Amino acid sequence: MVKEIDYIKISRTKGTTMGGINREEILMKKIASWLVTSTILVAAAAPAAADPLKAEVMHWWTSGGESAAVKVFADSFDKAGGQWIDSAVAGGEAARAAEMSRVVGGNPPAAMQFNYGKQFAELVNNGYLRDLTAIAKEENWAKIMPPAVIKAITFDGKVYAVPVNVHANNWAWISTDAFKKAGTEWPKSWDDFFPTLDKLKAAGVTPLALGAQAWQERILFEFILNSEGGADTYRKVFVDHDVDTIKGPKFKAAVATMGKLRAYVDDGSAGRNWNDTTALVISGKAGFQVMGDWSKGEFRAAGKKHGTDYTCQTGVGDAGGYIYAGDVFVLPKNDGAEVAKAQDLLVKTMLSPDVQVAFNAIKGSIPVRNDVDTSKVDPCGQIGLALLKQPEKQLPAPTFTITPDTDGVLNDALAAFWADKNADEGAFIQQFADAIAADGQ
Amino acid sequence: MTEPRRLRNIAAQIALTPAWLIVAFAYVGTVVWTIVISFTSSKSIPSYNFVGWAQYARLFSTDRWYISINNIIIFGVLFLTICLVIGFLLAVALDQKIMFENSYRTVILYPYAMSFVVTGLIWQWMLNPALGIEKTVQALGFPNFSFDWIIRTDMAIYTLVIAGVWQASGLVMALMLAGLRGVDGEIWKAARVDGIPAWRVYLFIIVPILRPMIVTAVVLLSIGVVKAFDLVVALTKGGPGLSTEVPAKFVMDNLFLRANIGLATAASTVMLVTVLAVLVPWFYTEYARRNRGGHA
Repeated sequence: MVKEIDYIKISRTKGTTMGGINREEILMKKIASWLVTSTILVAAAAPAAADPLKAEVMHWWTSGGESAAVKVFADSFDKAGGQWIDSAVAGGEAARAAEMSRVVGGNPPAAMQFNYGKQFAELVNNGYLRDLTAIAKEENWAKIMPPAVIKAITFDGKVYAVPVNVHANNWAWISTDAFKKAGTEWPKSWDDFFPTLDKLKAAGVTPLALGAQAWQERILFEFILNSEGGADTYRKVFVDHDVDTIKGPKFKAAVATMGKLRAYVDDGSAGRNWNDTTALVISGKAGFQVMGDWSKGEFRAAGKKHGTDYTCQTGVGDAGGYIYAGDVFVLPKNDGAEVAKAQDLLVKTMLSPDVQVAFNAIKGSIPVRNDVDTSKVDPCGQIGLALLKQPEKQLPAPTFTITPDTDGVLNDALAAFWADKNADEGAFIQQFADAIAADGQ
Repeated sequence: MTEPRRLRNIAAQIALTPAWLIVAFAYVGTVVWTIVISFTSSKSIPSYNFVGWAQYARLFSTDRWYISINNIIIFGVLFLTICLVIGFLLAVALDQKIMFENSYRTVILYPYAMSFVVTGLIWQWMLNPALGIEKTVQALGFPNFSFDWIIRTDMAIYTLVIAGVWQASGLVMALMLAGLRGVDGEIWKAARVDGIPAWRVYLFIIVPILRPMIVTAVVLLSIGVVKAFDLVVALTKGGPGLSTEVPAKFVMDNLFLRANIGLATAASTVMLVTVLAVLVPWFYTEYARRNRGGHA
């Protein structure tokens, strides 16, 4: 918020000292248009009292598959007597920043998307959100949703968010063609891992498709930590904030594996987007990519079939768990009973069994209710469902357990470690341990 | 005589009041607020839980902040110097009464019409070893050609300089050319009579005359350096690793991504203080020079 005004200030002073087109003016225009958009959004949020129950919903589902999924929500809500007002903001960070501004500015929408975890904890603590405990009790959420999900939306015994799906981060997406070309298959154990990659390399295939952006490197590292170190190691690090585990042998082994992988990516890796990276696997130029289950949408969009064109694995061997994440909607307190009514209807709609099945089938995630028909869930999702039935395999994604601040510090440490071939493993482990220790306080 | 003038002044002052209010609240007010927030523990929502210098202590124990400062110095010095030199040489070249001057001027100024975001994206493709210049030259029959700066942690910062210079040199050229057109033709005649070589005229006579243009160019480019954010995001996203992180990106990341307003405002306050510490003495000497009755 400070920043917006700062930019205008700098741009304006610029504009008066110099005529003609200049960079500052272009930047100013960019920001001005952004501000105008947000002003329009703010204007659109004005409470309404028309016949259908209007609900403005802010979210960041803008890609092809995502917007098709959110349309399921919108259409069902309209059918149930509401009027869905769509406020999509591209990009999770941008959307969350816009949501925060709306709430703090005193003009909240009816519902806003967040991820599970600590992203909206401050909104809860500052009393901006509606307490949904009554609805949760009435609809029996505790029975129909995984315990970890309930835990993630409960603050001081009260429920503050509506979970809508379960995603998972730890998936390897494997090109059948590439592995066939190399005459090998997905390794059964970590001992076979690097020999397999060498075979892929020898066959002229890039073994690992990685977009070297910090968050993608994090997903890869957590995949290794979970699968090579085991579910327990992962849990001790990210849930228990256990510094001894971070300094222990299993964590060190995962760091060593991560470092070794630098030799198995292509030159174009630096800064590449995740979907461009998935495309390498789709075209068979690369062996596999480690990415969340949102990659599935890319395969589907390219007309690829599970089994014949690609397969998926949650790890190497079966020591690992299922690192789940997902989306929730929070309902900010609004003036007027109309909005509250609309919010109630929205919750009911989003969680109704039919809508859950239809929405998640398109989104590539698993329904958050375990009492719905799961036969429509795709083969990879079925693996996830099986893992989710075992409590010891349920691992929350780091966003559940650490603050965005710590998350960022870990990203910095890993990005620096990955980029430097001669990086010191010990120094990286120390940085990691310090960040996790600081997060616990 | 004095009475009407004072009246006119009062009217002018009244007319300017809204402007002053905007300056006070929107500019000064937000700066002060930013500084205040930097002493709090604010996370994603501003709070007034004061923690003293804690955010600054954390800032100055963060590796990434030092890397950012180091990078902005490398980028700033090279970007400014190269832009000025190339811009000046281009202006001199165009000032030789050549044919198609208008077309050249347009072509050279054209990159400046593009935002840093577009510039960054263009150069990201050109510099990508798997797509751009390296691949093209190799395909032309030089298989050993290598130009992979953008993926090397030790060289990536210079790709920012390349893209930045490509974009902004045209502006410097336009400013310098305008200055050169204002130089009195008599000076050239006199120099020719005295038999002074052209390069010496440029270096010792023309450049001092162009001083105001150079000052303008330096100010414009410097603002670009301090704010460097969009170029970095579009070109390297701060990578590989942290090798092209800059202070403005540090601020934006902490402000939005990392829900850490306290640290972000501390960083922007440090940026503001640094800029003031550099600019104030410099502006002071510049204006003192002018007021002493020098040219300009």
